[in-house]
Amino acid sequence: MNCKFKTINILTFTLISFQCMAEWSGDITFQNRYFINDPLAQNLEQHNNYLSVYSEVEYYSNLNSDNKSITFTPFIRLDQYDNERSHGDIRELFYEQVFESWELRLGISKVYWGVTESQHLVDVINQTDNVENTDGEDKLGQPMIKASFEKDWGLVDLFILPYFRERTFQGPEGRPRAFPVVDTRQSSYESSDEEQHIDYALRWFQYIGDLELGLSYFYGTSREPLFLLGNRNNIQVLTPYYPQMQQASIDAQLTTEEWLWKFEAIIRDWQNIDTNTAQLVDENFFAMTGGFEYTFVGIYESSSDLGLVMEYLYDDRGIDATALFQNDIMAGLRLAVNDADSSEALLGIIYDLDNQERLISLEASKRFAENLTGSLEIRGFNNIHRLSRLKSIEEDDFIQIDIAYYF
Amino acid sequence: MTITQFTKVAASSLLLLGSISVSHADDVSRGLEIAKEADKRDTGFVDSTAKMKMILKNKQGQTNSREVKVITLEVEGDGDKGLSIFNTPKDIKGTASLTYSHALKPDEQWLYLPALKRVKRINSKNKSGPFMGSEFAYEDISSQEIDKYTYKYIKDEKLNDIDCFVIERYPAYKHSGYTRQVAWINKQEYRAEKIVFYDRKNTLLKTLTYAGYQQYLNKFWRADEMLMVNHQTGKSTTLSWNNYQFKTGLTDKDFNRNSLKRAK
Repeated sequence: MNCKFKTINILTFTLISFQCMAEWSGDITFQNRYFINDPLAQNLEQHNNYLSVYSEVEYYSNLNSDNKSITFTPFIRLDQYDNERSHGDIRELFYEQVFESWELRLGISKVYWGVTESQHLVDVINQTDNVENTDGEDKLGQPMIKASFEKDWGLVDLFILPYFRERTFQGPEGRPRAFPVVDTRQSSYESSDEEQHIDYALRWFQYIGDLELGLSYFYGTSREPLFLLGNRNNIQVLTPYYPQMQQASIDAQLTTEEWLWKFEAIIRDWQNIDTNTAQLVDENFFAMTGGFEYTFVGIYESSSDLGLVMEYLYDDRGIDATALFQNDIMAGLRLAVNDADSSEALLGIIYDLDNQERLISLEASKRFAENLTGSLEIRGFNNIHRLSRLKSIEEDDFIQIDIAYYF
Repeated sequence: MTITQFTKVAASSLLLLGSISVSHADDVSRGLEIAKEADKRDTGFVDSTAKMKMILKNKQGQTNSREVKVITLEVEGDGDKGLSIFNTPKDIKGTASLTYSHALKPDEQWLYLPALKRVKRINSKNKSGPFMGSEFAYEDISSQEIDKYTYKYIKDEKLNDIDCFVIERYPAYKHSGYTRQVAWINKQEYRAEKIVFYDRKNTLLKTLTYAGYQQYLNKFWRADEMLMVNHQTGKSTTLSWNNYQFKTGLTDKDFNRNSLKRAK
């Protein structure tokens, strides 16, 4: 193609030092999710076993230059039962150019902020693709104009976010999911611009010796929705409501030879639903995650490393918090076997110090062949309190197996 | 044995002991001189890029391969900066690691995870841990600075008809997996031809052999192949290098957090 021709040119004339690079890569994954218990009586439409297949493909080209590139990453999932989990998304479609003293990114992209493991409070640029998994780590592509400036005093990122992505929610047949079902066709916004509201964000990041420090500010539509009661065809549903928010945050990590110390904190100014009056009221709150990770290297004279992770999760709204974790402890064990098959496992538990709820997860993966990996995921929702917002998923413990083929 | 004879033997062994301790100090400084000369001859490459293919072989002969792009920036008076970008296995394609290596203080290391778009600072205690499941430890592939070891000259020896200095070096940094390494240094070119590694119990662990040396810019020697054999497990790893380029105009800017995210 065009690219090959250019490569020949380069070889022949050796005038230019860069190399043409344009490539496709990706994966297709088969997933089986098995729920150990029968669904709650209220969730009649749910099933016990869900098959699905998903694929993410990336196209990258450096546009025959050494400072420009385009990246295109479409994603699609087909789920056996859940029409909402069957979905597609453009994870990335952006143009990037690196100038002498700054960088520009234009298009749909993903950005990650933060350092902690148990939850990601400061990471607010991309919307959560909530139908993918319960850990909130899958994100939808976000349209953006991003400019990065590298200075002696730190790295500054400026964002203009011209379009808002709604959070995805499971359909009636989806599991685990909220009860009543969330109806995304009835979403509403505080801003009359709705999803057209232009959001802004600013981030400063710097290394100070072994300390890394980030300060961020976000102004725009909250990625986290509130839920209003509504109905559809005379059935009660939850409808997402996206208030405007301002959020300032700090994230820091101190790295020593054995220890990683991690801290994230946010203050957010937005609306919330008053539990007494059921009216929308202004709210300010503070939330944080802080903890450490300690690694035992070469345990039992093997080449395996065992990491111990502990974090404390706090939200000053207490029981009224829209967040799940307001006074919780996370403890985790991370095993890296460091073998040729990249075998690894992560066992985690988040324990609620107020109502003793336990969220348990085990993730393990290894490579079975050059292009084939397998992973196992077990999630348990244990000792769920009768008034908890997790009540609707208390029977939704599942075992999930993913077999991924890479090309 | 008569008393006289005994006294003679004792006296001569005393003399011998004396000469050993003298030659010991000599051997230490001579070992250091050799290391310094080798370092001097590899100074001034400024930066380099290369493609590396790793073939991991287990005891049964089954193989696994990895392709990595390795980019290095020479830093004067400190360890080099390095960027490794993994191309295969495809499940980790796009994963990249950035290392600022140092002589005695711990290296600084970051990992970029493309699926999450997340850059993680990781700690560098696992120097003795395997690099990507291979027989190369992190400490084997990191930038080799003079101050990372103390040295001792052992002897001259021919290795495959090449005149070599045999030196021992002892890691001076923390968390090494070795008590010592025995290196055969080419007398003519001051490049390593073979290194034998002894584990923390001073038991023979691994042998690294270099093959297919090529000289770049009329000065810098790089081996096309590096074979590491683990004698304790029977596993081995071959690193095959190609497409070496030097002085490509890289700067500090190509070795920061943003460039780590962009690396292809």
